[in-house]
Amino acid sequence: MPHIEGQQHPIGLYLKIWGLLFVLSTMSYLVDYFHLHGMLRWSLIILFMLLKAGLIVSIFMHMAWERLAIIYAILIPPLCLLVLIGLMASEADYIFWARVFFFGQPAEALAGHP
Amino acid sequence: MAADSTLNPSTSSGWKQLSQDWASDKEAFKGVPWGKAMMWIFLLSDTFIFSCFLVGYMSVRMTTTDPWPIPSEVFALDIAGRSIPLILIAIMTFVLISSSGTMAMAVNFGYRRDRRRTAALMVITAMFGATFVGMQAFEWSKLIAEGVRPWWNPMGAAQFGSCFFMITGFHGLHVSIGVIYLLTVAFKVFRGDYERRGNYQIVEIAGLYWHFVDLVWVFIFAFFYLW
Repeated sequence: MPHIEGQQHPIGLYLKIWGLLFVLSTMSYLVDYFHLHGMLRWSLIILFMLLKAGLIVSIFMHMAWERLAIIYAILIPPLCLLVLIGLMASEADYIFWARVFFFGQPAEALAGHP
Repeated sequence: MAADSTLNPSTSSGWKQLSQDWASDKEAFKGVPWGKAMMWIFLLSDTFIFSCFLVGYMSVRMTTTDPWPIPSEVFALDIAGRSIPLILIAIMTFVLISSSGTMAMAVNFGYRRDRRRTAALMVITAMFGATFVGMQAFEWSKLIAEGVRPWWNPMGAAQFGSCFFMITGFHGLHVSIGVIYLLTVAFKVFRGDYERRGNYQIVEIAGLYWHFVDLVWVFIFAFFYLW
């Protein structure tokens, strides 16, 4: 048996993932094209985004075949970004209303504000 | 034999393997070449940089009192007399995904020691990347001609311009550096440097960087252009 080095996978696997990424991109473009709005739009965008990111990281970047130690070393730290997102989002409402009440800025974006 | 079972991911249980990797007073990430591990750690740090930009964008978009410009109208193109929303961005997305596909195949051919095909596929990948940067330059000049500036724009909230130029500019810089990196490695592959050394690991490491650039675009596409 010859010495196997690095990652060996059939070319067909990459072609399938490639096709899948094309389909997912088309679908996320269609979300915009058909003017979907509100929760449906946001959940579809997030869903397609996460599926694409997952396919790229696991198959193209070979994360699916790496050791658990390196998978966790790379994928766990970004989770603390969720804390940053949470902090910034919870503060946003306060800043928005402070601008409206105390700086006299027009609340033109009110309709689109959560 | 015991040492062998810790090296093989399929025979030892995940958690046992994880604790052994960190506790055995030896190198972590056994069997993972250091070049690859370090590229992953660099990409992790880059993740935080891009995340800071995107979280900053989220903050200014949520707090601005002016209406946010509608991306699907701002980035529409007139093709054959019809205004098609976001079409340039969609094409750019497909170009970048295609480049990721050719890169993945280049890595595969590298490990099969197919020198010519590896180099050719890497050059094709770099060409896709250059096309992407070209389209981005077109997009930038179009928006600048329409009066979009980092501090002001005619469509609405002033923060739109600063977010747009900062996020897409930094991503475009990554793509440009990637094109140079890929062409350099492709040249060395073609010249036979790695054939002599018998190690095509560098192709996979360059591939990791390239796929990461594509990965960042997935998030920019979703949050900046589609949201």
